[in-house]
Amino acid sequence: MPVKLVFLGKLADLAGAAEKDVPGPLDWPRLLDALHGALGEAAAGERVKLAHNGAILADKTRLAAQDGDEIALLPPVSGG
Amino acid sequence: MKDVALLHSPFDPAAEAARFAAALPEAGGIASFVGKVRPGGGVEALELSHYEPLTLPGMEALAEETLARFELMGVLLRHRVGAMRPGEPIVLVAAAARHRRPAIDAVDFAMDHLKGDSWFWKREKRADGWHWIEPREQDHHDLARWKQGEGE
Repeated sequence: MPVKLVFLGKLADLAGAAEKDVPGPLDWPRLLDALHGALGEAAAGERVKLAHNGAILADKTRLAAQDGDEIALLPPVSGG
Repeated sequence: MKDVALLHSPFDPAAEAARFAAALPEAGGIASFVGKVRPGGGVEALELSHYEPLTLPGMEALAEETLARFELMGVLLRHRVGAMRPGEPIVLVAAAARHRRPAIDAVDFAMDHLKGDSWFWKREKRADGWHWIEPREQDHHDLARWKQGEGE
């Protein structure tokens, strides 16, 4: 089972899909390698947060995901 | 009493609020707020997306915080996700208390946090297609009001 990336909000448009599977283990540099162009730039921006299996990472650059994990890329919320 | 739900289809805020009130006959005051998709401005539809592992747990935590902060008998949170048309309800917050002030303040508090600090992403459809909505500065100001006096 790979690592599942989930793209929220406008990141899903940039990715062209709501989800993408990448092989684990996955750290921050490998995540950026897996994201191309505008999507990678957006993910690297300080306003995009990561959730690892539903828990927000205080420091996304310390990502350490294994196969079977879910990583969500969360742009700033736009309000309910 | 805490009653929180994320809704995937249209709902009737008046019926929900009536059920909430009926469940709390001891309440002396009930305040509620209904937010709708604002008609006009060329918006044809609004779509709210969420992230299951964060959005509902975040709403549950907000309801707990609201109960802890104000002297309430109950709080109700309802929030839509999915596609909505102008005029359709998006959100309902209701709070019941012995007296009016905690009920009114609790609704204000919960709404500011739903608008400015909850896991929802919004896009609207206009004649030229879909546009993602960026966070509003006003929402952050509204949220900041509740932090004053907390030493944050």
